[in-house]
Amino acid sequence: MADSYFPHLKWDQLIAATQETLYMTALSGIATFILGLILGLALFLTARGSLFQNRTIYGVISVVVNVFRSIPFIILIVLLIPFTKTIIGTILGANAALPALIVGAAPFYARLVEIALREVDKGVIEATRSMGARLSTLIFRVLIPESSPALVSGITVTLIALVSYSAMAGVIGAGGLGNLAYLEGFQRNHNDVTLVATVTILVIVFIIQFIGDALTKYLDKR
Amino acid sequence: MIVLKNISKIFHTGKESLTAVDDVSLSIARGQIYGIIGYSGAGKSTLIRLLNGLEKPTAGSVVIADHDISAAKGEALRRARLKISMVFQHFNLLWSRTVSENIAFSMQIAGVPKADIKKRVAELVELVGLKGRENAYPSRLSGGQKQRVGIARALANNPDVLLCDEATSALDPQTTDQILDLLKDINKRFNLTIVLITHEMHVVRKICDRVAVMENGKVVEEGDVLQVFTHPQKEITRQFVRQISQHDDDDAFQPELADNLRGTIIKLTFVGHSTHQPVVGELTLRYGVPFNILHGRMTQTAQGVFGQLWLHVDASEEQLDNILNDLRQHDIQSEVIKRG
Repeated sequence: MADSYFPHLKWDQLIAATQETLYMTALSGIATFILGLILGLALFLTARGSLFQNRTIYGVISVVVNVFRSIPFIILIVLLIPFTKTIIGTILGANAALPALIVGAAPFYARLVEIALREVDKGVIEATRSMGARLSTLIFRVLIPESSPALVSGITVTLIALVSYSAMAGVIGAGGLGNLAYLEGFQRNHNDVTLVATVTILVIVFIIQFIGDALTKYLDKR
Repeated sequence: MIVLKNISKIFHTGKESLTAVDDVSLSIARGQIYGIIGYSGAGKSTLIRLLNGLEKPTAGSVVIADHDISAAKGEALRRARLKISMVFQHFNLLWSRTVSENIAFSMQIAGVPKADIKKRVAELVELVGLKGRENAYPSRLSGGQKQRVGIARALANNPDVLLCDEATSALDPQTTDQILDLLKDINKRFNLTIVLITHEMHVVRKICDRVAVMENGKVVEEGDVLQVFTHPQKEITRQFVRQISQHDDDDAFQPELADNLRGTIIKLTFVGHSTHQPVVGELTLRYGVPFNILHGRMTQTAQGVFGQLWLHVDASEEQLDNILNDLRQHDIQSEVIKRG
C-alpha cells in the first residue's frame, strides 16, 4: 500500500540514508562532546576572576570559537575541503563530512559548556579547594557532575544542529537523508521521497530531544 | 596552634584598593573555640580564608601547627588543607551527591581507601545525627541537616583545625543552637581547635572561649569571652554585648518603682564561677533576714554565668556591713543603690 502513496521511494535507499545520517551525527556528536568539553573547560577556567585567570589563553580560544561559530556551515564545508582531503583522503561520503561537522559544532558546544560551568555554585568550588582538591578532582568530580543537566541539554541541542548540518553536508555529496531528499527527491521532482526523508529527519530529531530531556531530568537532583 | 603575625590583606580592583584585613595579630591555642565577631565588611571572612590559604596575605604570616600557610603553594598547601577543614554559611554541598557521598568527598580527595571511607562515613553519619538519611540528596534536607553534612564532611579527615564561616547564620534560632551544641561536643570530644566567624554575639556567648572583635579590618578588642562580656572596652563591643540582652534599655532596674520600700537595695554583679553558689540563700540563713529579689538578669556563657541581681533587704547597719563583707569574700561585686 505504501508503494501507491510513495511511488518513487526505494526502502533500501531510505534505510541506507538513515544509517548514514545516524552515523555522521553519532560520530561527530561524540567528537564534538569531547572537544567542546575541553574548550569549554579551558574557557571557564581561564576566564576573568576564575581559578586560572589567563587573558591570553582565554582570548585566543574565545576568538577561534567565535570565528568558527560565525561561519555559515555551508561555507565552512567548502573552506575545509583541502583539510578534509588531507586527513580523510576524499571529499565524498559520510566520513568526509565529519571534519566540517566537528569544526562547526564543537565551538558552539564549547560556549554552551562554558555557560553551564558558570552556573556551578561558586561556594562548592571554594569548598572543594578548601578540602585540598587537585584540579583533576575539581573537574571530574565537581564541575562536570554539578553541571551535568546543562551539559546534557547542551549536547542535545548540538546533536539536533548536527542532524541538520549533516543534511546540508548531504547535499554536496556526503550521503544521508539530506542527500536523498535533494538528489532523489528535489532534483528528480519526486516529492514523495523529499517528504519521507524530511519526516525521517524529524523523527530522529524528536527522538534525540526526548532522550536528552529524559536524561537531563534524571541527572538533576536539585 | 595558630599564630597570625601582622597580617594584612589588600584587594586591588582597578585603581582602587581596599584594605580588608589591617595588621592583625592573633594566637589561638589548641582545643580552643575562638570566635571572631564583626559586622559584614569588617574583614572577618577574608581573615578566616587566610587561615586555609584561600586568600594570600599581602603582608604577614599565618602559621598553623608549625606549617606556614601563607607561604605554602601547590602540593604543600594541598596537604595542609587536608588538616584544616572548613564549614560554610551556605553549606556548599554537592547537589549531585547523596549525604554519604558528600561526606565521602573530602576523604576521596585525601586518597583514603574505599573500604575505610565506607566505615568512616557510617561513623560520621552517627556522630552528626543523620542516621537514616544517608542516601538522601541535599535538596531533600533541611538547613540544619545540610550543615550537619557539612560538619561531617569537614571532620572526615580528622582535621587539626575546623574553620566555621558563619556556619549558623543561615539557620533559624533553634537549629542554630543544635548546631552550636554539636560543635561544642566535637570540640570537647576530639580536642579540636575551632575558629569561627559570626555577626551574632549569641554564637560567641554559647560556645566560644575567646573572642576577637573586628572593625574595619582591625581587631579592636580581644580576650576571654567572659571578660569581654563583662567589661567591654569599645563601643562596637558594647553593641554586640547588647545583642544578648536586647531589651537592655526598657529592661533596666527602675529605682523609682522601689521608692516606697523600707530598707536597703543592693545591686550584685556576678562574673563566672561565683554564680554557682547559693549566695542569697546562705545570707538569708546566716542573718535571718529575708531577701527580696527586685530585678535580675543572668546570661550564660561557655565559661560561666554573668549577670546582675537587685536585692531588697530590711537589715540593720551592722548586718548590712557583714552582708557586704560576705559578698566580697564570695568574689561578688556589690553596690548599695539605696540605704534604708
